[in-house]
Amino acid sequence: MRKSFISGNIAIAEGAITAGMRFFAGYPITPASDIMEYLAERLPEIGGVVTQFEDEIASINAVVGASWAGVKSMTATSGPGFSLMLEALGLAVITETPLVVVDVMRAGPSTGVPTKTSQSDVMQVRYGAHGDYVIPVFAPWSAQEAYDLTIKAFNVAESLRTPVILLSDAVIAHLWESVLLAEPGEVEVINRKKPSSPPDEYLPYKPDNDLVPPMATFGEGYNVIVESLIHDERGFYRQDREAYRNLVKRIVNKVLSRVDSLFEVEAYYGDDYKYLLVSFGSTARSALAAARILRKSGIKASLLRLKTLSPLKLETLRKYCDEAEKIFVVENNMGKLVHDVERAAENDKVISLPLLDLEIPEPKDIVEGVRKWL
Amino acid sequence: MSRALTIRDLPREERFAPGHRMCQGCGAAILMRHITKALPKDTIIVQATGCVEVTTTLYPETSWMNPWLHIAFENAAAGASGVEAAIKVLKKKGQLPPGKEVRVVAIGGDGGTFDIGIQALSGMLERGHDILYIVYDNEAYMNTGIQRSGATPFGAWTTTTPVGKVWHGEWRRKKDIIGIALAHRVPYVATVNPAYLPDLYAKVSKAMSIKGPKLIHAFSPCVPGWRYEPALTITIAKMAVQTGMWINYEIENGVLNVTTPVPKRKPVREYLKLQGRFRHLTDEEINTIQKFVDEQVAYINKLAGKEVIGPVEA
Repeated sequence: MRKSFISGNIAIAEGAITAGMRFFAGYPITPASDIMEYLAERLPEIGGVVTQFEDEIASINAVVGASWAGVKSMTATSGPGFSLMLEALGLAVITETPLVVVDVMRAGPSTGVPTKTSQSDVMQVRYGAHGDYVIPVFAPWSAQEAYDLTIKAFNVAESLRTPVILLSDAVIAHLWESVLLAEPGEVEVINRKKPSSPPDEYLPYKPDNDLVPPMATFGEGYNVIVESLIHDERGFYRQDREAYRNLVKRIVNKVLSRVDSLFEVEAYYGDDYKYLLVSFGSTARSALAAARILRKSGIKASLLRLKTLSPLKLETLRKYCDEAEKIFVVENNMGKLVHDVERAAENDKVISLPLLDLEIPEPKDIVEGVRKWL
Repeated sequence: MSRALTIRDLPREERFAPGHRMCQGCGAAILMRHITKALPKDTIIVQATGCVEVTTTLYPETSWMNPWLHIAFENAAAGASGVEAAIKVLKKKGQLPPGKEVRVVAIGGDGGTFDIGIQALSGMLERGHDILYIVYDNEAYMNTGIQRSGATPFGAWTTTTPVGKVWHGEWRRKKDIIGIALAHRVPYVATVNPAYLPDLYAKVSKAMSIKGPKLIHAFSPCVPGWRYEPALTITIAKMAVQTGMWINYEIENGVLNVTTPVPKRKPVREYLKLQGRFRHLTDEEINTIQKFVDEQVAYINKLAGKEVIGPVEA
């Protein structure tokens, strides 16, 4: 390990390099551009490629292509660019293409306030594309975690053959902190499973018991078919109910069945609480400070921070919520994650604290919001 | 033909208010100020996301005295097409007096035009909307912090074409946006340059008098992106023309007219050395750029049927 003083965006770039990413395609957008800028200098030095494309649509499709050529690939964007990527995200889901998309959130809708932060893409990253699917979404709250979760994002993408979203925001992007960077061999790096059967017996979409098919890429001697239509194990288009159900259920279940390892939370200020703050990403930093302030004034508040926004393990959330008298969902948007917490807890206990700030929310705003309900 | 316009012939009335947040010495600011002088008052401006859009409309102020519509990044041409089509329909239905002249101008940067916006632009040109599209070309994505675009010239440093051991600035050539527009058989295309304002005024005025889709390609020096002192904007813009890096011309119904003839060209080195983005260039790379310019000059002279841009002076 070596310590380095870097920004959240650089941490994402470094995490991707540690995880083995060697192809980056992107298009300039505030506040994600410096990921591409940093990689434009770093990747060529280690045999990787950075290509700037003519828009976000081309960028993510190039990433799909590069992943099928056998290289771990990534793109990074912000809300408006992510909107343009949604069609190809669905393509990556159905073709089971491992890739990572970084969404550095900024205030929207549309052009919004490009230079200011937000957490309003929570729904878009999880549900934006059409069709049925579950995409893992990780939300870091520090530069260190941006690094760590980027590595995890690649490991999940590769082991489950799925697109994975790293959901950062403008605060994390430009936050400079000390980060422990791993040397090769110091962290687990997972690579996609390769077929062991001879080429003439290979079925590109026939899953193993873990619901994930081994992935042969172009040029390895296997017949590879990359099909965006509903397909059977051979990869051929089928329009019958059986094939449709088999495929859609499998691509959903391969993610959901891993919820135990995918879903991560962190609790602060222990078991003895009356009021539970639930938050994620940069806003959780303020929520933690708010919990500390409340505790100092004798109010038993704790913080539960979600590192994973999809898939959610409701039982885990419920366990924490059951202990609380009131649950405050603190997020920098109009109230999005609150719907999930409401599903996990008794409805009348859950209070939405939508902050809708353009900066990192101030702890006092959260404290005031909580006090109103005491 | 009447005498050539001078700067004194341009309207005194300002249609682009000062106090905007554009950089000192911004080429695009000079362009916008003088483009709006040439537009009729009943002109709706549709603006793509970009430097000009962001810096001219910060609440509670706006620089625009025309009706002004900001649209997303990739779709100024599509938005303008909608505006123009709606005006046509309103006239047809008698909601607007048939004699009322409402014109539409779309403005985008090079990123929003050469790259992400080219699909919408192509559609607009193909469908034949009566719109003037103006692209202010500062040769990179300056608004997001100097990333290369399809308009970045060979050799230029940007944050995504860095200069180091492996890369040496941009290695691809600039897209020919005029050629792309011409492939749509449009009635009028032109290039303009902020160092030649009467020429710019005349071309915008002429474009507004022609029915159908038009494209004007505007040279737009960028202080932070091109790495030069703000006082040098016009010097650089002029030097671009004097070296043949930029040629002021128009093509009206297939007929080319070079509006700023250059009897004797200066070597491109004179243009390149004024800007930090080219400081890393080797002699070999400069010779390559000189060769590109020589080719373009030969092409333009061939289209003009005579030598309007002369050889490099010794």
